[in-house]
Amino acid sequence: MKSNIFEGVIALTLIAIINTCSWAQTLPTVQLKNMAGESISTGDLVTEGSPTLICFWATWCSPCKRELNNYAELYEDWQDETGVNIIAVSIDDQRSIRRVAPYVNSVLWDYDVLLDPNKDFARAMQVVNVPHTFLVNGDGDIVWQHNNYSDGDEEEVYEQLLKWAE
Amino acid sequence: MNLKTVLVCAILFPAIAAAQGQVKEAGSVSGNLQMLWQSYSEDPLIGAIVPPEKSGFNAFGNLIYQQGGFSAGMRYESYLNAVLGFPGRFKGSGVGYRYARYADPTGKVDFTVGNFYEQFGSGMILRAYEERALGIDNALDGVRLIIRPIEGIELKALYGKQRLDFDSRLINGPGIVRAVDGSIDINGLLAKSGGYDWKTKITLGASFVSKFQEGGTISKDSLILILPENIGAWSYRLDAQRAGWSAGLEYSGKINDPNADNGYTYRNGEALLVNLGYTRRGLGFSVSAKTVDNMSFRSDRDVLLFDLPINYIPAITQQHTYNLAATLYPYATVISGESSASAELFYNIPKGSRLGGKYGTTLSMNFAAANGLDTTHLSGQDELVYGYERNSWGFGPSKFVRDFNVQVSRKVSKKFKWKYTYYNLEFNTLATPVTTTFKGIVYADIHVFETQVRTRKRQSLRTEFQALFTEQDKGDWATVLAEYTWSPHWFVSVVDQYNFGNSNKDARVHYLYGAVGRIDGPHRLSIGYGKRREGIFCIGGVCRAVPASNGFEVNFTSSF
Repeated sequence: MKSNIFEGVIALTLIAIINTCSWAQTLPTVQLKNMAGESISTGDLVTEGSPTLICFWATWCSPCKRELNNYAELYEDWQDETGVNIIAVSIDDQRSIRRVAPYVNSVLWDYDVLLDPNKDFARAMQVVNVPHTFLVNGDGDIVWQHNNYSDGDEEEVYEQLLKWAE
Repeated sequence: MNLKTVLVCAILFPAIAAAQGQVKEAGSVSGNLQMLWQSYSEDPLIGAIVPPEKSGFNAFGNLIYQQGGFSAGMRYESYLNAVLGFPGRFKGSGVGYRYARYADPTGKVDFTVGNFYEQFGSGMILRAYEERALGIDNALDGVRLIIRPIEGIELKALYGKQRLDFDSRLINGPGIVRAVDGSIDINGLLAKSGGYDWKTKITLGASFVSKFQEGGTISKDSLILILPENIGAWSYRLDAQRAGWSAGLEYSGKINDPNADNGYTYRNGEALLVNLGYTRRGLGFSVSAKTVDNMSFRSDRDVLLFDLPINYIPAITQQHTYNLAATLYPYATVISGESSASAELFYNIPKGSRLGGKYGTTLSMNFAAANGLDTTHLSGQDELVYGYERNSWGFGPSKFVRDFNVQVSRKVSKKFKWKYTYYNLEFNTLATPVTTTFKGIVYADIHVFETQVRTRKRQSLRTEFQALFTEQDKGDWATVLAEYTWSPHWFVSVVDQYNFGNSNKDARVHYLYGAVGRIDGPHRLSIGYGKRREGIFCIGGVCRAVPASNGFEVNFTSSF
């Protein structure tokens, strides 16, 4: 009897919470560092009114690097047309974190790169594996995501950017 | 309370709550689901076995509720029964991780009760983390407080036990972990008080971690020795950056900690890590050196391998991505002690130049070496109690690994790209026992050629041709991979790994594996069938041995 009441209370609380909340994923706030060693709060990543593309990647993840290398060639055009800002969040841990800056420079990326070595931000964003790409609108809501990369996906990303840039 | 009452209340509650003005800011719920199912067929040739339950099933469901600075989350886990390669003792279904957290929006106060992950500095004396695909999880269960009283200063304090096992619920290890960490970002601090804007950025940090486990005594020959119950470890670190240059230094130490890794000796532990790097657009290099001596630090002195580590000491070698280089001879830090060094270079040959071609060419080179420690063994009673003495921070005579690799990556046209990688490897299988068929140093050359062709709009074909040549162990290997993708939804891939140079002709097996998958935004389903080699499976910086298998594999992941 006691456990029935307990379960009932738990169920009630859960349903009550679910009834009052939104299902849209919003951007969680986590403190990270960029490649220059400066602290950045993920809550400050979104530019009001412009879309932001958040790409989780790692130096050991080939499809992630293909994705960001392909976006790099289009980035200038995308920025002109949609005002998008790309943020590349590396989940490289201590083994490979020192490779991030030299790699990023060697492939000439112009993205803001953040370091998430213990996956605090990845966990808060429900990232299971990389690459995982999120499009955040100018209000800070996650409006599109994709958990994979294959050549040509940038066309889908571009369509989404146009849709959310307005 | 029956279901009907619950439902009625649930429907009424939001209305009541809203009427009372309790609902101010809407919370949000996010989550993910991960499922892995494997079927097994027997294949004596590759050593694939069928467990009594004939199939394996792992599932994880995460849920996070967030409202303002408050968040609460849990992970439901199922191992019915655990997929082969996971710790077989993980059993049943239940909640394996749960927490509640408040992070003040100003960042000044952040506390968590329940489970949490954490890393101090490079993790050399504390890192709680998970690699779910490998079954590795040493989450802390307790209380953590982080405060940032003024800009540039961060203080962390925690108390907790660590996750050891799962049997329909989370099972923690016996030891208690207590830890504090402080870091100062000098520039952040000065920027606030005096408006200095140094070009040199300096961060300092220090940590202290202590574990408690009930003691007792052990006997060695005629000696009866008392096991220490409280063991402290400390670490100091400095990071500096200026105009593309970066340098890091971290020193850590640990008092005597007799445990299963060090043969229950009473030597103190020490570790030193030094890095130097430079990078600018188109170029980057870095060198690092690391010596670790007796730094295995666990919250239970009697466990080994992946159980209850408090700290994290990654391997010096690069984490390789191509199948043959990544899975046959991956190096792992020798936890009892090693001296190591690495150097790395990245360079972009500019586009438009004769060598760079129309789109530019990227070059990278990496060299890593690790040896045993430079030590002198003690004798008599001292040997029993302390084992050895270290003579220097430098390399000892025993070679553990040499790993040199170079990669050239080039885009030829809008439709065609290629990449070539060469590896030269010397790998001591006595130091890192990744194979049972050879004891000694394996000398291997590996060549990998990868191509990518855009065949049509939104379609592409990627291929990998890999070959590993060695006189030792199982001899030569080849891998061929082809993957065709229809963006953004479909992929199909086939990979064949062939041990064509095995001196035992019967063991020249083809490991053929095919997979097809569909991706729909954050949802991903893949179905594979074929043979998987017994070997080492690595993600990020961690590797785990997986047994050979033959059968179907279905994988589903989704997040919202």
